[in-house]
Amino acid sequence: MFNLVRFLQKYNFIIIFVFLEVIALVMLSRSHSYQRAAINHRTNNLAGAIYHIHSDITNYFSLRQQNIRLLHQNAELMRQLALVKENIPDPDSALQSQIFEYIPARVIHNTVDLRNNYIIINKGYRDGVAKDMGIVSPDGVAGIIIGVSEHYATAMSLLHKHAALSVRFPNNDQIANLHWRGGDYHFAEVVDIPSHVIPAEGDTLVSSGHSFVFPEGLMVGTVAELIPSEKGNLNTARVRFHTNFGKLRNVYVVKNAHRKELDALSTIKTNE
Amino acid sequence: MPSQPSKQMNSLLVNLVRFAGLILLQVLILNNIQLIGYVNPFVYVLFIMMLPLALPGWLLLLIGFLTGYTVDLFMSTNGLHAASTVLMAFARPYVIQLATGVKEPETVSEPGLSQMGIRWWFSFSLSLVVVHHFALFLLESFSFSQLGYTILRMLLSVAASEIIILMLSYFFMMRPKKKS
Repeated sequence: MFNLVRFLQKYNFIIIFVFLEVIALVMLSRSHSYQRAAINHRTNNLAGAIYHIHSDITNYFSLRQQNIRLLHQNAELMRQLALVKENIPDPDSALQSQIFEYIPARVIHNTVDLRNNYIIINKGYRDGVAKDMGIVSPDGVAGIIIGVSEHYATAMSLLHKHAALSVRFPNNDQIANLHWRGGDYHFAEVVDIPSHVIPAEGDTLVSSGHSFVFPEGLMVGTVAELIPSEKGNLNTARVRFHTNFGKLRNVYVVKNAHRKELDALSTIKTNE
Repeated sequence: MPSQPSKQMNSLLVNLVRFAGLILLQVLILNNIQLIGYVNPFVYVLFIMMLPLALPGWLLLLIGFLTGYTVDLFMSTNGLHAASTVLMAFARPYVIQLATGVKEPETVSEPGLSQMGIRWWFSFSLSLVVVHHFALFLLESFSFSQLGYTILRMLLSVAASEIIILMLSYFFMMRPKKKS
């Protein structure tokens, strides 16, 4: 017993070091897959508040650009609305079947040059934001919510090791997966294009809608370069993001009203 | 050196201000600077470097952990910075021993550019930045598949952090002169 006490006294520096390091590594290991990161994530209100003040100040510097981009989006939406209206006999009944709702939010913190990037927005569960909702910018898909506090929410940016997005080539309906491999935040990669599909440079990629998080047909990016595989059957394409992650400010949280129903359905499928 | 209560209070205050200042500098300014996608300077570690030498070991480690954890809260990185900063706090006494020959040099109370001289301070701070960044970038990518890319980011970030840390310690050096 006395020896034990002496041992502890002598090596307390190393013991405490190991103890604290293990705590930190356990915390870290809990965020090493998308699911676990989402389960264990806590959005911190103090950090949120400080970022909020900071973004209140810096927001003024980009107001002009923000306005221009929102105007462009409005124009695009009005054009689409006009097309849709022609095909709907009674617009009020169409509202009944609306599946996706949009909650406007502002990005108060965002990084692009880490390996795993997160976006913090100024809307929390008070505003109806919940985990697993999508985030879209006026230009396209941006991320997925993984943690909410009262007034803030954290999203995993598409610029993250564990973020994968199901995308579709609209001109031939081929489905593929988009993933960011680090480095330049303007470019992502699609690695599973079957060899019979040969996308041309400049082809657009849209969200497939298979994940229930994003509506179908949202702009994701354009093919910048096709890299044919040397031996396998799957080609790779370098994709230029349509969203400029470096300048993310105004975003919308996408809420899928049928989410519960769809989730229940997919659990039934997997249980069989 | 006799430790008067007022002197201790003063040191505590200086360290608290330095902590808050460096954390805010890190999360509000440095994390928002986008340099070619490779360089992420992390200079909040300067706070750990400049902690008083008389600090007991357990407190040094605990402060290291809490500092890293604070940065984690801001950056949504669960435990990543806590792990790296604890490792760095652990390495500090050994680096001091290597650089001066004794674990606790009795002539100085706090490591800093003014007390130690540029040569000593440079090798001291660079060693600790390397320890911290090495752990940080490896843990962040958590794989050896893109090792070249990770090491490139690490080296560029070490250089950037070290330059900023030297500039900041020069700034910290000027302050006491103004007072007297």
